Amino acid sequence: MREDYLEIRDLRVEFDGFVAVDGVNLTVLQGDLRFLIGPNGAGKTTLVDAVTGLVPATGSARLDGVQLLGKSVHRIARSGVGRTFQTASVFEQLTVLQNLDIAAGAARNWRTLLRARSGIPPTVELAMETTGLTALRDRPAGELAHGQKQWLEIGMLLVQNATVLFLDEPVAGMSGEEREQTGELLRRIRRDHVVIVVEHDMQFLRSYADSVTVLASGKVLAEGTYAQVQADPRVQEVYLGPGHTAEPAPALGEVL
Amino acid sequence: MDAVLGQLYAGLSLGSVLLLIALGLTLTFGQMGVINMAHGEFLMAGAYTTYVVQQVVGGAGLSLLIALPLAFLVGGLLGVLLETTLISRLYSRPLDTLLVTWGVALVLQQLARDVFGAPAVEVRTPEWLKGNVDLFGAPFTKGRLFILGLALTAVLVLGVVLRYTALGRRIRAVVQSRGLAETSGIDTRATDRLTFFIGSGLAGIAGVALTLIASTQPYMGQTYIVDAFLVVVAGGVGRVRGAVLMAFGLGVLQATFAYSQSVSTAKVLLLICVIAFLQVRPQGLFSVKSRSLV
Repeated sequence: MREDYLEIRDLRVEFDGFVAVDGVNLTVLQGDLRFLIGPNGAGKTTLVDAVTGLVPATGSARLDGVQLLGKSVHRIARSGVGRTFQTASVFEQLTVLQNLDIAAGAARNWRTLLRARSGIPPTVELAMETTGLTALRDRPAGELAHGQKQWLEIGMLLVQNATVLFLDEPVAGMSGEEREQTGELLRRIRRDHVVIVVEHDMQFLRSYADSVTVLASGKVLAEGTYAQVQADPRVQEVYLGPGHTAEPAPALGEVL
Repeated sequence: MDAVLGQLYAGLSLGSVLLLIALGLTLTFGQMGVINMAHGEFLMAGAYTTYVVQQVVGGAGLSLLIALPLAFLVGGLLGVLLETTLISRLYSRPLDTLLVTWGVALVLQQLARDVFGAPAVEVRTPEWLKGNVDLFGAPFTKGRLFILGLALTAVLVLGVVLRYTALGRRIRAVVQSRGLAETSGIDTRATDRLTFFIGSGLAGIAGVALTLIASTQPYMGQTYIVDAFLVVVAGGVGRVRGAVLMAFGLGVLQATFAYSQSVSTAKVLLLICVIAFLQVRPQGLFSVKSRSLV
C-alpha cells in the first residue's frame, strides 16, 4: 500500500510584519504519530492554520506531492487535510450523527442535497464505532462531555476521508481515563493516517508520541524521539531558560 | 361574534402575507445576517412574473400555478445575482449592505416602471379563487384562504428542508460555525449563495400570492418590507417558529386595532407594542445562536 506523507518546505506566515512561522521544514509520514510542541507563541497553531488555508502563507505544503497552499479552505479539506480546533468545535445544535453526516457529505453534489437519507453510510457507522460514540448518535453534540466532543471531532475527520489529521490539543481538559482512551484512539488511526498532534501535555506526549518536533519563535528547534528531544540542550533552554542542565523527564512535564 | 371572527380572519390573512415575506428573510437576514432592503423588490418581481405569465398563457388559474415555481426561480436568481455581485463583498459591513441594497431596490423599482409603467397592472384572479367560503359562520375569501395555505405549506417545506435534508444541515452548520464548516470541506460560499437563492425565491412566491389581494405596481415591495423585518426581529432572528407566531400575532393585533381605530392609528399602536416587546425581550420570541448575533 502506498504511504501517505505531508511535506512542508520553507513555510512562512507573517502578520503585519510579525513573523509567526519562519521557514519551517517538516515531513511527516503515515504511521508516525508526530507531536508538535513548543512554548506559547511558537507558531504551532499558526502552522496548522497555514496548512489548512485559514491564514495565508508562503512556501510549500504538499500532501503526497500535491500542493495545498493557495487553495481555498474547503478545497484543502477535500484534498484530505483535516483538523480539530483548540476549543472543541462541533455543531452544537446538531446531533452526533448529523455532525458526522456533514463531514461525510461535504463534497456532495448539490443535486443530491435534497434527497433524504437512506440508511447510515458505512463510513459513518465505522467512525462512530472507532470513536465509541455509537450509543450517543442521536444526542445533540452540545450535550456531550468534553472528551466525547473531541472524539466526535476526530470522528468527523475520519468520515471526511482525511489523510492528514491535525489535532490541536486533543487531551486538554480531559480526565486521566479520557486521555488514555484518546491515546489509544490516536494509535489506532495513525496506522493509516498522517497524524500531527499539537500538545502541551508532556505526560501524554511521553506515552504516545512516536516522534516530536519542537517549535520555538516560528522555527523548528529540534526533531526526534521523545528521549532525543528531551536531551537536547536547546530545547531545555527554551523551556527552562538559559543556564539549566539536563533534568529528568518529569521535570520537563511539571514545568509545562 | 361574527365581528370577532371577521377581525380574526382579517388578521390571519394579513399574518399569512407577512409570514410569506418574512420567511425568506429568516434565511437571508436571520441565518446569514444580511439586511437586504431589496427583498421587497424580489416580491415585486414575483408579482410581475405572474402578470407576464398571464399575458403569455392566458388562463388565470393555469398561469397562477405556472407562476409559483417560476417566480421562485426569478426571485432566487435575482437574489443570487445580488449576492454574488454586491453582498458577498460586504459581509461584516451591515450598514453598507443596507445602503447598497436600498439603492438596488430603487433601481429595481425604476426598472419595473420603465418596463411595465407606473400604474398598477391588472392580474386576474382565477375563478376558483373568487368568492367566499363560510368558516364558523363568518366569511373568508377564497383568495386569502389560498394565501394562508400557501404560507403554511411554505413554512412546512422550509422546516423539513432545514431539519431533515443534507442541504438544511449544511445551512445550519455554516450558520453555527463557519470555520469548522470550511475545514470540514463545506464550500461555505456556495452554501451562502444557495441560502440566498432560497430566501429570495420565497419572496418571489410571496409576490405571486400578493397579486390575489393587492395591486401589482412597482412600489408594492415597500409596503411590506418593514413589517416583514419586524416579524423576523420580534420573532427571534433566524427562527422559523418565531416568525410564524409573530406574523400571525402582528396580523391579528393590527386587525384588532384597525377595528376600533383608523388604519394609521392601528399601525402606530402596533409599532408601540413591538417596541415595548423588544424592550422586554431584545432577543425576540425565540433566540438562536448565530453568527449574525455574536
